[in-house]
Amino acid sequence: MESKKEFTKGIWAENPVFVMILSICPSMATTSNLSNAFCMGLAVIFVLIFSNIIISLIRKAIPGEIRIPCYIVVIASFVTITDLAMHAYLPLKIYEALGIFIPLIVVNCIILGRAEAFASKNNVWKSFLDGLGMGIGFTLALCIIGFTREIIGNGTICNYQIVSFFTSKNNNPNAWIEPISVFSQPAGGFLVIGLYLGLFSYLRRQKKLKEVAKAK
Amino acid sequence: MDISTAISLAIFVALINNFVLARFLGLCPFLGVSKKMDSAFGMGMAVIFVMTLASAVTWLIYYYLLRKGNIFGAQDLAPVLKTASYILVIAALVQLVEMFLKKNVPTLYQSLGIYLPLITTNCAVLGVALLNTTDAPMATRITQDNIFYAMIQGCAGGVGFTIVLLLMSGIRERLETADIPECLKGVPIAFICTSLMAFAFMGFLGLS
Repeated sequence: MESKKEFTKGIWAENPVFVMILSICPSMATTSNLSNAFCMGLAVIFVLIFSNIIISLIRKAIPGEIRIPCYIVVIASFVTITDLAMHAYLPLKIYEALGIFIPLIVVNCIILGRAEAFASKNNVWKSFLDGLGMGIGFTLALCIIGFTREIIGNGTICNYQIVSFFTSKNNNPNAWIEPISVFSQPAGGFLVIGLYLGLFSYLRRQKKLKEVAKAK
Repeated sequence: MDISTAISLAIFVALINNFVLARFLGLCPFLGVSKKMDSAFGMGMAVIFVMTLASAVTWLIYYYLLRKGNIFGAQDLAPVLKTASYILVIAALVQLVEMFLKKNVPTLYQSLGIYLPLITTNCAVLGVALLNTTDAPMATRITQDNIFYAMIQGCAGGVGFTIVLLLMSGIRERLETADIPECLKGVPIAFICTSLMAFAFMGFLGLS
């Protein structure tokens, strides 16, 4: 029961992007397109799980003063593995779109944060569940942002045109609305994430108000 | 090195392709330290300093130790060792700078001191090191062959970061007293303001 909680907390109650507001850089730079966002999420899940497992295994051997460099070395090795594997197996277009943000997973706050706050204090099984949960929460958040930005900015999902009226009038004279291309550019990314954070803080507030009303 | 290329590179990196607003690098310190003007200024100066130094050091590592035709005559080591070596060198460099300032320039240390450890995990610093030495399409390739261009990219990137950080801290000081819906207070409204700033910075595209 307790270990189930370690898994689910990362997905909703402590979602790394929407609740803890960590690692905002990749969650905006890679979300102009749903497929890029999903691949970035997968890379982070992989690195997070394995770095959590290894750090949890060697947590008693690491001296306290130099723990951060040790964590960074562990994380950097898994990031290099991910980078090479993605270069080999992903379509080149997605790999190039992710660009420097794959090596930048090293300085991703979520991974170092989980290593410091969780994996260095808990056993392997719990750290694995924590990494998996946090990674899935991060991927979900990325996919939500990527989905919104792609469908408003381009009228597509994973580069497939799905809604025929939601396209440029040049290609389709029956189109109702033009896609707002600024949403797939940086400015739109900030706007989308700001509004989502507002929405989630509104939901949390409503929940709290309900609990207060119930208690009365 | 060519002066006009250097100037246009600096303008390109600082304004047109700003690290925070167009490349999404260094957003965590951007949100964390932009609440007060003083701390924003201190952080900005520390970032400029470390980014310039880190560009120079990582460029030397790339050019002499990692890339094809390095001094060992070995094959291209960059894909395997780049990430790990850069982050370790940056972490060590920040530590060294901190120790040096503490001993020799105590006044500067007192104003920058608390921000220096934070810079290790600032993705703008690792980002500029990677951008200087990558083949990725978003990079400016001239920095690969000339250390001065690499340092200019680092310094201008830091300057761009500082400009945006100072502007944002001014806005956020005003937002403190503004009448904002309860659920947008704090970070969400900061993001919406950043979005408007990014719209404004899109105007610089005309310069290129």
